[in-house]
Amino acid sequence: MTPLLQVEGLSKFYGQRVGCADVSFDLYPGEVMGIVGESGSGKSTLLNCMAGHLPPDTGQVLFNTRTDGMRDTVTMSEPERRMLGRTDWAFVHQHARDGLRMNVSAGGNVGERLMAVGARHYGDIRDQAIDWLGRVEIAADRIDDRPRQFSGGMQQRLQIARNLVTGPRLVFMDEPTGGLDVSVQARLLDLLRGLVREMGLSAIIVTHDLAVVRLLADRLMVMKDGHVVETGLTDQVLDDPQHAYSQLLVSSVLQV
Amino acid sequence: MIRNTPIRNCWCRVCCRCDEQDKPEAFGKKKMNMIKVEDVAKSFVLHNQGSAVIPVMHSASLTVSAGECVALVGASGAGKSTLMRMIYGNYTTQAGQIMVGDVDLASAPPRDVLALRRETLGYVSQFLRVVPRVPTIDVVSEPLRAVGVDAEQADARARDLLMMLNIPERLWSLSPTTFSGGEQQRVNIARGFAYDYPAMLLDEPTASLDATNRAVVLELIERAKARGATIIGIFHDEAARAQVCDREVDVNLFTPERAA
Repeated sequence: MTPLLQVEGLSKFYGQRVGCADVSFDLYPGEVMGIVGESGSGKSTLLNCMAGHLPPDTGQVLFNTRTDGMRDTVTMSEPERRMLGRTDWAFVHQHARDGLRMNVSAGGNVGERLMAVGARHYGDIRDQAIDWLGRVEIAADRIDDRPRQFSGGMQQRLQIARNLVTGPRLVFMDEPTGGLDVSVQARLLDLLRGLVREMGLSAIIVTHDLAVVRLLADRLMVMKDGHVVETGLTDQVLDDPQHAYSQLLVSSVLQV
Repeated sequence: MIRNTPIRNCWCRVCCRCDEQDKPEAFGKKKMNMIKVEDVAKSFVLHNQGSAVIPVMHSASLTVSAGECVALVGASGAGKSTLMRMIYGNYTTQAGQIMVGDVDLASAPPRDVLALRRETLGYVSQFLRVVPRVPTIDVVSEPLRAVGVDAEQADARARDLLMMLNIPERLWSLSPTTFSGGEQQRVNIARGFAYDYPAMLLDEPTASLDATNRAVVLELIERAKARGATIIGIFHDEAARAQVCDREVDVNLFTPERAA
């Protein structure tokens, strides 16, 4: 099986400061990888470089495209990369308002991505939007409400619906459950797990919450000061961490 | 017979997912040494506590063939669970080889370990760890759905197991996070036995169970053995150990202080 995503020697520097340095890994279809580390460890920089939101200074991000096989998304043209961003890729932002149009109805938010890939039949678009709102547990009668009338958890679920409606193969998530209270978080985790399994999605999840990665991620990457200090199976890294920093991270979690 | 996806590493007699013709031959080939632990060593390094190095295992070797159940015995802290976790790939291994089928857990990449855990190697731990809010029935049927069994069949199997283990039907649609300790353990056992793994690791499967449920668990283990599963278990319950295990391996022999 060929990897869906191959990252090779990816680095990003902010002047003298290291954003992320020399990161390499392969991600296979259906795999979920977690990236953990404290604030400022470079995990969001890495995610943004991979997703094409930031230009990396060195390295390659190879994606197995549907038509042309492995392509380096760093050097591909901007229109091609944007096309990928609307079709095979999805990006779930930590703050739902970064990923939603706040002045457009919930249905419009979901429909926009469909129209971006060529859907034109209004009835079909609306039906799909209703279907997806249902899947993320938003009542169909809220379809014409704007996101700002939604709670934080609902906005986050709407963002997920908007991202997944076009059937992407790779989802980047930046703290998808950050800032949500625990009951909403549990619901969202359950939803994400179900969607990952049903749709065979691959995902890269950046978070500082170790409980979230234990439940969602197959593999884990621990970052510190822009460098990857440890990688491995999620449960192995959490139960038998090898690097000093991973040990500190795991032992610092408060027990409930 | 369900054969949606061909399953690698499946040599069991009855899992109904292998090709009928392939079964006896493939099974015979792999019959011996399903799990083979060779000269394994491990120590924990505590970087944040003065870099203390705690050697916990030294030249551990162990071979278990198909259809055999081996008990790990030894004093508390001797390393029974550590060895078991190393076999599951949950703990890293510093030296030696741990072969389960044709995968070496000591060096396999995460992807191979995940496939092995999905298709070949089951693990029943003492503690249930689940996503909150997921109904018990789905918790139990998940390992089956993960290998491509359709939802209906997976649910039917889950219902049978929950019934066998005396979990009242009214609880099946609830999340097990709110269940009592004994109920959670039984849900965990049902989940562990839902899919017919060719090899299984059991960490105190009968602890804290009443006599009826204990008998059910022993029956499940007997059945797994009968279909040719390789089993390594930790049993503090001596009667249970005597009933299902073919032999014992003393982990004290692998503890560094004793061996030295």
